[in-house]
Amino acid sequence: MILELQNVSYRYRAGALALDDVSLAVGEGASVGLVGESGSGKSTIVKLMLALAKPSSGSVLFEGAPIAPAVMRRFRGAVQTVFQDPYSSLDPRQSIESIVAEPLRSLGIARGSEARSMVAESCAAVGLPADALGRFPHEFSGGQRQRIAIARATVCHPRLLLADEPLSALDVTTRIQVIDLLAELRASAGLAILMVSHDLSAIAALCDETVVLNAGRVVEHGTTATILSTPSQDYTRRLVAAVPRLPHP
Amino acid sequence: MTLLSVQNLGVQTPAGRALVADLSFDLAAGQRLGLIGESGSGKSVTSLAVTGLLGSGLVASGSVLLDGVQVVGASERRLVPLRGRVASVVFQEPLTALDPLMRIGRQLAEPITRHRGLRGSALHAAVADALDEVSLDEARISRAYPHEISGGQRQRAAIAIALASRPQLLIADEPTTALDVTVQAQVLRLLDDLIDARGMALLFISHDLAVVSAMTPDVIVMSSGVAVERGSIERVLSKPQHPYTAELVRSARALDDMLGQR
Repeated sequence: MILELQNVSYRYRAGALALDDVSLAVGEGASVGLVGESGSGKSTIVKLMLALAKPSSGSVLFEGAPIAPAVMRRFRGAVQTVFQDPYSSLDPRQSIESIVAEPLRSLGIARGSEARSMVAESCAAVGLPADALGRFPHEFSGGQRQRIAIARATVCHPRLLLADEPLSALDVTTRIQVIDLLAELRASAGLAILMVSHDLSAIAALCDETVVLNAGRVVEHGTTATILSTPSQDYTRRLVAAVPRLPHP
Repeated sequence: MTLLSVQNLGVQTPAGRALVADLSFDLAAGQRLGLIGESGSGKSVTSLAVTGLLGSGLVASGSVLLDGVQVVGASERRLVPLRGRVASVVFQEPLTALDPLMRIGRQLAEPITRHRGLRGSALHAAVADALDEVSLDEARISRAYPHEISGGQRQRAAIAIALASRPQLLIADEPTTALDVTVQAQVLRLLDDLIDARGMALLFISHDLAVVSAMTPDVIVMSSGVAVERGSIERVLSKPQHPYTAELVRSARALDDMLGQR
């Protein structure tokens, strides 16, 4: 297992339990979808999995062991993230080249011409035009910004990508392209993906496994195909039924 | 007279880049029209141009007649009487559309006072009715600040505020994009019912073909600021003519197919 939550509970200060006894594991090359309403704890799980917060109880394991300061750099290199909002997740004052190079700089992976060529390769892999490198975030549309965020997350060749609603700010054609891009990164680089989404079609397209969260608890966990076709929980059934569908041709 | 008549609308940035070019459409009272396109297609800029809300430096050209009044180049003084009375807008993100420092009840009372001249207990009753209409609990929501309620409740409140002035035209710019799917389904049904009940016209802006197809019989497909195709939603879905529309429909179908058959 790359990353694992074991009986994790989490409480924000004096608030109610945001997560209640959640166990969840992502193995090498796996693809897990995390589904649930706002407030169900999806983003809290991502926060804990990124070691940006510590669980109130239970443990977060990286390669089977707690994430000690000594392994932090390796952890950051192995587990990267893409956020929902490509408008706030990119520094408006940095060029695209500098933004994408950030993990290489901060993790001490590469610099100079080696870093430049890794950045160029990563940007090309996500389909950004070659002239993008010298430009700034405000010159790009939402879909392209999300590509920039994915280029940044994958520039250091991580093993696991935690993507928190990476598609919900995107248009449908772009969404398909980003799904294809993530699927391609999965196939070519063996990248494992944990994707948080309320968009079931995106989960269906990308994730073999689905975990359904409700009020901080895992209410259903199984293969995506089973959960879509024969959901066992009421909440899952409502979720599947609420997805807007196209009229039949 | 047509409620909204847009002729050869263009919107340019200060640098001279065209965000919208040569866009024309008419919307009669009670009619519904969808504007669909990707980010950067000019659909939101169009909605801002129609209501005279274009941001700094953006310049509109052509003609936008809203209830017979020319919006392009109009002074703020000419525009104010149109807003609310003729057209209201529901924006994508209710957290930025609502005033964070004002209780929902007061935000809702403002347009009611302004447009319907109500005061005192009549105003209080109208606020309660308006919240009830969007299925919000008056006692709780009226006293709440925007950050104290959920995203779906905020968007319902924003809809109530937009409708409070009894507009003839509602412009809904991605009104459910920020919401969970279960909440989206509820809010769409609510909008559909309210628009029907009041006989309002609707300009519905979205990137989501499935959502648009549930709301409007006709659509204009925009790409790079240009209307590339228009027609009934059925025709556009079954026989898209423009390559961009074909791509859009193909993508939407692909996502839909991933969910399997109904």
